[in-house]
Amino acid sequence: MKKQTDSAVAVIQIHDLCKSFGTNQVLDHFNLELHQGESLVVLGRSGSGKSVLIKCIIGLIEPDRGSVEVLGQNVKDLDHVGLDKMRTQVGFLFQSNALYDSMTVRENLEFPLRRHSINLSQEEVNKLVMEALESVGLEHTVDLMPAELSGGMRKRIALARTLILKPAIILYDEPTTGLDAITSLEIIALMKSINERYQTSSIIITHDMKCVQLAADRVAILIDGKCYAEGTYDTLRQSTDEKIHPFFQ
Amino acid sequence: MLHLPPLPESTRLFLRDTGEMSRFIGRFFVEGLRPRYEVAEFIHQCFVIGYKSLPLIALTAFIIGLVLTMQLHPTMVFYGIEAQIPAMVGIAIIREIGPILTALIFAGKIGSSIGAELGSMKVTEQIDAMEVSGTNPFKYLVVTRTFAAMLTLPFLVIIADAISLYGSYLGVNIYENLSFHLFYEKILDYLFFMDILPAFIKTFFFGFAVGIIGCFKGYYSNKGTEGVGRSANSAVVVSSVAIFILDLIAVQVTDLL
Ligand SMILES: Nc1ncnc2c1ncn2[C@@H]1O[C@H](COP(=O)(O)OP(=O)(O)O)[C@@H](O)[C@H]1O
Ligand SMILES: [Mg+2]
Repeated sequence: MKKQTDSAVAVIQIHDLCKSFGTNQVLDHFNLELHQGESLVVLGRSGSGKSVLIKCIIGLIEPDRGSVEVLGQNVKDLDHVGLDKMRTQVGFLFQSNALYDSMTVRENLEFPLRRHSINLSQEEVNKLVMEALESVGLEHTVDLMPAELSGGMRKRIALARTLILKPAIILYDEPTTGLDAITSLEIIALMKSINERYQTSSIIITHDMKCVQLAADRVAILIDGKCYAEGTYDTLRQSTDEKIHPFFQ
Repeated sequence: MLHLPPLPESTRLFLRDTGEMSRFIGRFFVEGLRPRYEVAEFIHQCFVIGYKSLPLIALTAFIIGLVLTMQLHPTMVFYGIEAQIPAMVGIAIIREIGPILTALIFAGKIGSSIGAELGSMKVTEQIDAMEVSGTNPFKYLVVTRTFAAMLTLPFLVIIADAISLYGSYLGVNIYENLSFHLFYEKILDYLFFMDILPAFIKTFFFGFAVGIIGCFKGYYSNKGTEGVGRSANSAVVVSSVAIFILDLIAVQVTDLL
């Protein structure tokens, strides 16, 4: 099944985003749009500010200047109720998974359901937990602790926890970093199947070219705090620009 | 314009940390008093904190009571006042040794575990994950743990005092036969309400110091696993020093009363 991407509808619009830490200017007038149904890969070297960028989208980091609009709302204008509501629609897969060490897999998955003020019965919660685990193929781990799982399994559980609220947008922070090549491919396949199954739009941050090649509808390259170039994988690969070329070596 | 030499790096860092700590404490009161209250997590933390520290505190309290009595015995016999041992040990334990010793062990056990726990949650982005899951991590982690430490320590101190006095009672009985009833009678003869109350009140401050400093060190942990170790370590050091300083203030205040 080919995904429906609608370039007329922008679900995320980032406009002139600036963020610095002390004298370290991380984002410098960054502009980008994410379209409905699209998988957009943001490519950049380590420390180039990729995580800062997506944390600005979800409101974990407050930008110095510029605006981020998510599903038509300016993140800066949201109060904490509005922010919570927006965060139910935007999932975030953390680079380090961020599974709660002190909780079982089930409690980890229940956490966002219970904490966002959504009224659900225990049966509904159980059903959603099992459904999310089923979509990552790990139903049998429901009563294990995160420490008992392998790296790839932890990544999938984290993905299940992101999915559980059925977000319209998912932000992936380096989903394949630190995993072996085969596990990486599995995670990429899983991300693609989830995007199709739930019709999500996604921003994937990575420097793994395999991931770019397989998952990207469109690629944006972050260099010196700016969106240096954007296009499809194939067009960027043929670029002779000395700053873009090294990524595709 | 007056040109002052720049502050030494260590002074600058100390002042910066003190400033951040003050802000952190301010935030604790602001967020702690505003709903939503994380009652379930608070109760859970009280149990965790009490359960983790009680065995060690009980053991040391017992030994201190016993050893203190045995150490005092020869000197007291020399002056012929061994009958005063229960009163003396009782006052020493209830007014000073019980609170300070329990608080220091509490700092070592609970301060470090809070520092390490929050530190590792910070570096593995669990705190960020809470925030995007509709939870204020400051309320859920910092406020609950600090309140739990503040309310658990006084009870641990009462338990430690009782165990310590029992140790002392056994110590006395090594040398002579004294009934339990008489032992306590002797203590109570010399112990006044104003001995107990300030000692009890100061333990709330000790508990608060251990909780808030552990949380502060963890919450502002630097990246990397090394940062977590450092948070745990400096949580213990700083809260132990804080306990002594608070104790010094407490004794001054009590003197005024
Ligand atoms: N909270 C912070 N405080 C200070 N500097 C930060 C903070 N977060 C990120 N940085 C800095 O911003 C830069 C980009 O970081 P990051 O977005 O994590 O890089 P990456 O592209 O590898 O994800 C780095 O130089 C980092 O040191
Ligand atoms: Mg990153």
